[in-house]
Amino acid sequence: MYSKEVMEHFTNPKNSGEMKNPDAVGQVGNPVCGDVMYIYLKIKDNKIKDISFKTFGCAAAIATSSMITEIAKNKTLDEGMKITRQDVANKLGGLPPNKMHCSNLAADALHNAIREYREKQNKLNKK
Amino acid sequence: MKKTNQSSSQMKVYLDNGATTKTAEEVVKEMNIYFQTKYGNASSLHSFGQEANEALENSRKIIAEKINALPEEIIFTSGGTESDNFAVKGIAYANKNKGNHIITSKFEHPAVLNMCKELEKEGFTVTYLNVSKEGIVDIDQLRAEIGKKQGKTILVTIMHANNEIGTIQPIKEIGEICKLNKIAFHTDAVQSFTKAKIDVQEMNIDLLSLSAHKLHGPKGVGALYIKKGTEIKKQAIGGHHEFNLRAGTENISGIVGFAKAASLVNDEEIKNMTGLRNYLIDNLLKIPNTQLNGSREKRLCNNVNIAFNFVEGESLLLYLNQNGIAVSTGSACSSKSLEPSHVLLSLGLKHEICHGSIRFSLSKYTTKKELDYTIKNVKAAVEKLRALSPLNEKVKYTAK
Repeated sequence: MYSKEVMEHFTNPKNSGEMKNPDAVGQVGNPVCGDVMYIYLKIKDNKIKDISFKTFGCAAAIATSSMITEIAKNKTLDEGMKITRQDVANKLGGLPPNKMHCSNLAADALHNAIREYREKQNKLNKK
Repeated sequence: MKKTNQSSSQMKVYLDNGATTKTAEEVVKEMNIYFQTKYGNASSLHSFGQEANEALENSRKIIAEKINALPEEIIFTSGGTESDNFAVKGIAYANKNKGNHIITSKFEHPAVLNMCKELEKEGFTVTYLNVSKEGIVDIDQLRAEIGKKQGKTILVTIMHANNEIGTIQPIKEIGEICKLNKIAFHTDAVQSFTKAKIDVQEMNIDLLSLSAHKLHGPKGVGALYIKKGTEIKKQAIGGHHEFNLRAGTENISGIVGFAKAASLVNDEEIKNMTGLRNYLIDNLLKIPNTQLNGSREKRLCNNVNIAFNFVEGESLLLYLNQNGIAVSTGSACSSKSLEPSHVLLSLGLKHEICHGSIRFSLSKYTTKKELDYTIKNVKAAVEKLRALSPLNEKVKYTAK
């Protein structure tokens, strides 16, 4: 059912764990649906200096979370916002059609994190 | 992070016997005769046919004896699903002049549930009885529903033991209620046959579904017990096989295998499985934040269904699979419909509990060594997944 890349990211996820003092946290999903993803960001000079994740979900959910942290690391915030679910799915060698929504969650979680960071920055700048 | 796919000594442990079982060696040996040696059609008048017919009737007798039925009350089918479909539809159609109300439960197998849903489209009304959090059907509701419908109820269909959580239903009591009210009573005994006591006379059962591949028999064969005198509409139309109730050349090798598998079961095996089941339950519940789904006592000898909080079932299943262990899960992600198990939901369990549930189903071949290996790997996999998970007992989840 799952590609080799998905199984690899599922078995040995990259950048997992809660971050101490993140600059932003993006959250998607809910336990009722069976998928919850948290993406933690550390930002420096408008770039994603560090990124990690915590996920409650199936193999696709864990793999897509892991993969998106690899793709997004060291990217600028603008580049981060442009990462799509297709990018994640492609790098994983594809996902079964009924699991594509997991890659959507990963992209949404990352975008939420970046948005949260920018909102915080705007508030700080206004002060 | 430790890799869980590098175990010190990998074992292959099959704990998904609720899905299907290994065909027993003795069964395969018995079946083999009927492929190339005694291969006749049981309806043929020559000696090839006669010897096939002898095997057929012998098998029928064996199955009948196991449930205290008459041989002519046993109709061989292609398995549990066909038996369930035949029972529900056959009784509904045969009785639609008397009434159109059917009673079943919320946690039946899809072969019963979806057949009921189809009948609803044709004008039958169906009541889906509630299930307690212990996994036992609501008998008071059954009585009330029969009372409400004033003689229009034509069928009650409630499974003997649930396939996901293994809880055993009060079939004798239900049988009595149905007998009193002159309502046909069908029970799906696919999971319970040879594991829990079945006596169709004592339990007032009119129809009973059985399947061979749950008890180390071959796939593709089962039976429907139909009490003598029960009016039922034939579904498989063609020849006059099976007392003119189910057309089709009999699957002699399958039927022989089925009977052989049924005759192999003994009390000692059941006792062993029960002990091992309890051992597995006790040890898995030592893991914090876990619970057993369904009654501990009123449970099949080989069924364990546990919710592991804060982790998701498919992930847990796949980590175990990487270590050679086969189980099944009620999580949404693992189902084609992306809905969590309707059985677990019917218990009133929260969605997140359903998502993190795993069924371990043992067989007579399961050993303590295999269970110790499983327990060790479950602990490791749960630990790994909890480290990855944002959920824990302290987190009060707030949806954004």
